[in-house]
Amino acid sequence: MSEVIATNQTILVVGGGISGVTAAIEAAECGKQVILVEKNPSLGGRVSQLYKYFPKLCYPSCGMEINLRRIKANRNLRVLTMTEVGNVTGESGNYSVTLKTAPRYVNENCTACGECEQAVEAEFDSEYDYGMKKRKGAYIPFNMAYPQRYVLDPRVIGTDDADKAKGACKYDAIDLDMQESETTITVGAIIWATGWQPFDADKIQPYGHDRIANVVSSVEFERMLDPFGPTGGKIVRPSDGQEARNVAFIQCAGSRDRNYLKHCSRICCMATLKQTTYLREKFEDDFKASVYYIDIRAIDRIDDFYQKVQDDPNVTFVKSKVASITEDKGTGNPVLHGVDTEGYHRYSNPHDLVVLAVGMEPSVPKDAFPVDVVVNDNGFIEADEKNGGIFAAGCSSDALDVNRAVQSATASALRAIQVVNRVARTEG
Amino acid sequence: MADEIKVGAYICKGCGLGERLDCGQLATIAEREGKANLVREHDFLCNAEGVAMIQNDIDNEGVNKVMIAACSRRSKTEAFNFENVAISRANLREGVIWVRPDDDESRETTQEMAADYVRMGCSEIKYMTLPHVNEEAASNNSLLVVGGGIVGMTAAIEAAAAGYPVTIVEKSGQLGGSATSEYKRIPEAMPYTDPEDTGVAGMVAKVEGDSKITVHLNSTITKTSGAPGRFSADISTESGSTTTENFGAIIMASGASNYDASQLPELGYGKTPDVVDQAGLEKLALEANGGPIKRPSDGKEVGNVIFVQCAGQRSTKEGHLPYCSGHCCLTSIKQAMYFKDQNPDIDTNIIYSDLRTPGAGGEDFYRSGQQKGITFTKGSVSEVTVGANGPEVRFNDLILAQEVNEKADLVVLATGQVPNSGVDIDLPIAADDEDIDLDNLVPEVKVESILNLTYRQGPDLPHLKYGFNDSHFICFPYETRRTGIYSAGPVRRPMDMAQAKEDATGAALKAIQALENAKLGRAAHPRSGDLSFPSFRKEGCTQCKRCTVECPFGAIDEDEERYPQFNEARCRRCGTCMGACPVRVISFENYSVDTIGQQLKNIEIPDEFEEKPRILVLACENDAYPALDMAAQNGNHYSQFARVIPVRCLGSVNTIWITDALNSGYDGIILMGCQKGENYQCHFVKGSEIAHIRMSKIDDTLKSLSLEEERVATYEVAITDIERAPKLIADMVEVVERVGMSPFKF
Repeated sequence: MSEVIATNQTILVVGGGISGVTAAIEAAECGKQVILVEKNPSLGGRVSQLYKYFPKLCYPSCGMEINLRRIKANRNLRVLTMTEVGNVTGESGNYSVTLKTAPRYVNENCTACGECEQAVEAEFDSEYDYGMKKRKGAYIPFNMAYPQRYVLDPRVIGTDDADKAKGACKYDAIDLDMQESETTITVGAIIWATGWQPFDADKIQPYGHDRIANVVSSVEFERMLDPFGPTGGKIVRPSDGQEARNVAFIQCAGSRDRNYLKHCSRICCMATLKQTTYLREKFEDDFKASVYYIDIRAIDRIDDFYQKVQDDPNVTFVKSKVASITEDKGTGNPVLHGVDTEGYHRYSNPHDLVVLAVGMEPSVPKDAFPVDVVVNDNGFIEADEKNGGIFAAGCSSDALDVNRAVQSATASALRAIQVVNRVARTEG
Repeated sequence: MADEIKVGAYICKGCGLGERLDCGQLATIAEREGKANLVREHDFLCNAEGVAMIQNDIDNEGVNKVMIAACSRRSKTEAFNFENVAISRANLREGVIWVRPDDDESRETTQEMAADYVRMGCSEIKYMTLPHVNEEAASNNSLLVVGGGIVGMTAAIEAAAAGYPVTIVEKSGQLGGSATSEYKRIPEAMPYTDPEDTGVAGMVAKVEGDSKITVHLNSTITKTSGAPGRFSADISTESGSTTTENFGAIIMASGASNYDASQLPELGYGKTPDVVDQAGLEKLALEANGGPIKRPSDGKEVGNVIFVQCAGQRSTKEGHLPYCSGHCCLTSIKQAMYFKDQNPDIDTNIIYSDLRTPGAGGEDFYRSGQQKGITFTKGSVSEVTVGANGPEVRFNDLILAQEVNEKADLVVLATGQVPNSGVDIDLPIAADDEDIDLDNLVPEVKVESILNLTYRQGPDLPHLKYGFNDSHFICFPYETRRTGIYSAGPVRRPMDMAQAKEDATGAALKAIQALENAKLGRAAHPRSGDLSFPSFRKEGCTQCKRCTVECPFGAIDEDEERYPQFNEARCRRCGTCMGACPVRVISFENYSVDTIGQQLKNIEIPDEFEEKPRILVLACENDAYPALDMAAQNGNHYSQFARVIPVRCLGSVNTIWITDALNSGYDGIILMGCQKGENYQCHFVKGSEIAHIRMSKIDDTLKSLSLEEERVATYEVAITDIERAPKLIADMVEVVERVGMSPFKF
């Protein structure tokens, strides 16, 4: 890895999802020096795993294309992938940060031709697809990955596959001797944008996500819609591959609940409403969607999206917190048990497929922060003077939708700029 | 030496180009037909050695224009990032070899495709010049903030903390906005259990104590003109005096007003003073100041209060607001706590349809309310009547499935926010105002302009849905249609105080960014950093004003002689003006009628007997061109007869290109742009729509040339259309097969 030059007028952005990318670009376009680090091989984060955004039902790659263009055009912004933050010391205006870069085993010569992927045989669970399909030991994370460069899974190093990959490459892009490297840089401010992970649905024992094949999480359901995803764009049941035309969505699965996540993740209601439109897209009129909810949170001016879905005759709303899910062994149908509180009748409803709208858990656990920041009981970084020159952006600060995450990232860019401008004034 | 043009043409042989194509022939074409001064082939142009070779030619061989025939312009952009030279990219990889089969029968047409793209690359570079910073680039570090409420004050404080001077113009006699009329605010930090001090007084003190912030009270903006870096605003006081000041950028933080609850007589408002809206409750709480809250009619201490959520909101009834105002559920909980905190025995009942307390803080606050004994009832309120002892709320309790008539001392209606977004410039202006019934369009009756912009297209920011000055983009909430002017807070979209402060900070960043880039002559999003700007040949201008009217950003004014006056810093470089101009006098240094027109004219058009049609594809660089690139990446092939030219926006497509293409013998023309209409994706707002309109009028031209209408097709293409975009090209090939080759071939 080439030398990274940074000063205490540089802003470090940790995390390359939509929030980190936005914060980095916005600060760089104000003329500031920015370093963006991302631990995965590509920028993009979780929004790159979505099929569409609500409420416009537009494609995440559209915004990503513009953002990538802005990144490529900006000399003030340097992107380091495969990189994590090790240690942070110092104070506002003068932080010392250790960056650890894991070896990609592929260098800049890579032209993304794909020959190494063809040559390699070993397969592993695809992280991008939440383990719903496999990927090769030499792979590119997804179509619009940035950088457009392949990666070798460390598990193939030392095996035949590594040599096959190297042999297949015409551009001398495979470097099996790449090592983990570490560097320490000085920066003035840090924007922490490490995002979220989906709450582990297995923990919600009554819902049987770990036992019942046709109970999936919302992020897994979303992957089904990708034509390059695990089901080739088809909405099917994991148990038998049959089309899932009668789908139940359980809101607040593992959220607003002292047993799991106490907070509301804001986006899950809108995400489910969006996913009912996927059913209409794929099955036209031949589907049924049942949304089991406590409160439908389609907030502010996007409430009309809820109204639109309510008008869809194939979508029903049941005000009920589902008590448990059992499996009909014969059909593989998950059966939902609970009480419809509007009217108080008990139900045992079979469906083809159940989607658990799980919440967002902040990615970095409270005790694992490499630096002292104020993290509240729900795991989010709280804005506090004690944080000095470290600012949370996006879902590391609160459960946010994309629009608000970008808003948060833009605001954090200004806060970071305030710090480095102060440094510039004292030094200049 | 500096004026002499020297074009370097570089043919890459990597990624299979050397194997699939005759690169030697391409080099010859670049030299003989493309007239490149220096031509080189290289095995692997993007690697360090290849790049160094080009850089050496630039440094030592006088090359000042570079044509790279290799992969797509979207690939290896950083590798080929040469400074101070114009660069064109001929797409031989994603555009040719990846979309054609590697077999013998395709070899000839594949080579023809590549040869054409090399010719096109050379034509394009000939007409491109390197954009320079406009000498008129203006520099001004000051920000203007319109509105002195929480949003305006936050924007000012944050911008000042970054070192930028700010002027706040506030209509009323004091800072603070609607927050000054609130007793307390929703908590913004752990443990989220109790209402907090609004913080307004502290913020006002901070503003007043900040030497970088100037405040004008009792003032409005009576005129705004100029552009980022050189806005000029007239600040007029109520008493009539006016000062004119200059600013780099503007933040519009004019806030929102309370919905006029008198439109809800069925909910008792106006029938008894004991039915109040949320603002009314705050007033009672302020008066009580920690003591018992008394109801207006007789001063009785309230022992029983009912909150009616979504009052006049989330409803398509006439006079109601169709949206949710985002904060009212949390506000009602806060207000119920005013009662409970003072006396836990007071009955407080919140009747709601969906209780919206999102986020970490929201749920904790909701739980705290439950712990304090607030009752939450899912119900649908049909009316509020005036009983003997006070208001009575009739509602359908949806959980118990029964009609209830509950008596209360006081009823609070959670009504919504209406944005103070000024004049709706998209309303048609009739010659006489009698034709417009302004009363029934938006809840307010008469609308004053907030900014009083002197722009031809109207005095305020365009409204999007429901009168909010929001951006239509999810990924780009601050994308503004009036460059350098950013809206923030509840005028932009419904929001609570915490979000409003975040929004103000974000808008302040964008405003600072706008003024910094104005100094450098750099465009704003989406063509961030673009230095090119439109210029026009005055002698040829017919003053038709099409450019001025069609500019989606209102960037063009008119001068005293009625010629268009381009304001470079307001321009987003989409080129819609260029597409609009019927006499083609508008151009950018590196993007003009010629850079595209000459490309399409300089390909080889086989005569009609060869049965090799030519299909021109003009693809928007934002969605359609990436879709075609990614189709290629995925091995989706398309016709060997297609010639794809990326354009900045379909709005920039001048009909002369269509006419020229038809006259040159192209058999079909496809325009691929972004989604238009109410749910538009077009990054320049109206470009795609305008193109569709222009193309619908082209049927007359086609008829006069005796050509079939189907030869020109315009489509909305999404970035994910990697299957569909090639299919659209295949469809056009079928059309040409059906209607026959163009009679215009030589």
